[in-house]
Amino acid sequence: METMGPMRIAENLLSDQTAALRQDFPILGRVLPQGQPLVYLDNAASSQKPAAVLQAMETYYRQYNANVHRGVHTLSEEATTAFEAARAKVARFIHAPTPRQIIFTRGATESINLVAYSWGRANLGPGDEVLITAMEHHANIVPWQILQEQLGFTLRHVPITPTGTLDLSQLEKVLTERTRLFCFVHVSNVVGTVNPVQQLVTAARAVGARVLIDAAQSVPHMPVDVQALDADFLVFSSHKMCGPTGIGVLYGKRELLESMPPFLGGGDMIREVTLQGSRWNTIPYKFEAGTPAIAEAIGLGAAVDYLTQVGMEWVHAHERALTAYAYARMAEVEGLQILGPGPEARGGLVAFTLKDVHPHDIAAILDRSGVAVRAGHHCAQPLHTELGVQASARASFYLYNTVEEVDALVAALHKTRQLFAGQKG
Amino acid sequence: MSDDLYREAILDYYKHPRHKGHLAAPDIRSHDHNPFCGDEVTVELKVVDGIVVDAAFDGHGCAISQATASMLMEEILGKTMEEIRAFDKEYILEMLGIEIGPVRLKCALLPLKVLKAGAYGLEEWPE
Repeated sequence: METMGPMRIAENLLSDQTAALRQDFPILGRVLPQGQPLVYLDNAASSQKPAAVLQAMETYYRQYNANVHRGVHTLSEEATTAFEAARAKVARFIHAPTPRQIIFTRGATESINLVAYSWGRANLGPGDEVLITAMEHHANIVPWQILQEQLGFTLRHVPITPTGTLDLSQLEKVLTERTRLFCFVHVSNVVGTVNPVQQLVTAARAVGARVLIDAAQSVPHMPVDVQALDADFLVFSSHKMCGPTGIGVLYGKRELLESMPPFLGGGDMIREVTLQGSRWNTIPYKFEAGTPAIAEAIGLGAAVDYLTQVGMEWVHAHERALTAYAYARMAEVEGLQILGPGPEARGGLVAFTLKDVHPHDIAAILDRSGVAVRAGHHCAQPLHTELGVQASARASFYLYNTVEEVDALVAALHKTRQLFAGQKG
Repeated sequence: MSDDLYREAILDYYKHPRHKGHLAAPDIRSHDHNPFCGDEVTVELKVVDGIVVDAAFDGHGCAISQATASMLMEEILGKTMEEIRAFDKEYILEMLGIEIGPVRLKCALLPLKVLKAGAYGLEEWPE
């Protein structure tokens, strides 16, 4: 039960610390073309980057830019050290047993594709089932659909309730002894639902299924411990957690990663190549063919340092308070309908519809007030279909967002309401 | 040109669309959608001697796409198919009287795509 009113919640936000944090993000000082300050509430799509991340990447390019893992010269050794240090930082951040279980990919999407093409092709066939949920991002649906065509397994899904939570009463029907892999999102990028990972993993174990957790919306926002979750695979992207674009992570259990065939072939992923055949490198390199995104990995390492310094518990608490405040204030707007569960059980985002106003019109009008939100189906079209809405607008928060920014959002929503007032017919 | 994407006239066409619905016996009917916004537009035309004598649209989506469709239906009454085939992006922008960024341009041009597909007898306007 929510007992605090919106104003009490607002007072409880550590606004001094937020004000100090904002200084770390150069872009937050930006003034938009029409003179308004930027109110950036599209963090679930991509977060902003602190100066420390930009600096780390620039230092690499300016002072020790070289390829990794092969050169014997000073620059290459420095680059290799920094690149591998970033891997170790990421491993500590999510409590992976060893850095070698951190595979660098281009992002969460590529991480899922890696599992599909490597583990999937080696382990799935006719008679097998892969289970997803109706609230998955397209990245956790489409790779399985593509693979299903090739391998002939069956793809099933856990339905959702009208409030946007998994319908666990149906779990027994779709999670069977034929299920080889259960892929589910940790925190929904639309309805904000925080799924009961423990319960889902336990259920998967009971039928002998592996689990893949899409943590793209959880790792940036809350403490995540891959061992406590008992994840077989867990994926996330750097650019949603203060890091650069173009890099992401696949975490996997060691014995799984070691038994899997490579994903892409090329340099760095081999131990020995002859014209007759090749032997694969050890993990993680087996899965990292070609020159990796070195500057981006170093940037991600700096982002992890930054978030660790702020403290993920604090980030989580801040977002929860801000989301509860936003939820209460937004509910006051006439005709506004929030998708998903109540504020006590959701991540730091609020997707909504406004009666008679298309989400793209909402986003365009908010933009006139400097408020950046996302509109559309947020790469989760099946979820919108299940909820019976075509599209939605979404405000998503991060560690640097403030109560004043939520107020600016709400004011702009009232303005939108007024603009579109009047009979539609 | 005004830079206000939601000038009064556009909102008025959105809230009170003209020529919305269906014709009894259309000679031309075409349809398309914009996957980005989820906008959908269907256009129906009654054509006599190569001249549009009646026009209607149906659909749903953002204010830009729906208002544009409604305005366009008014514009094409009395026009020849040849004139309609010559319509282009500039024609639409001038009709709307606003500046539109590259993302929302798709919304504004959807009704034109549908209309021209119909005028050329195509199922769908090629990308």
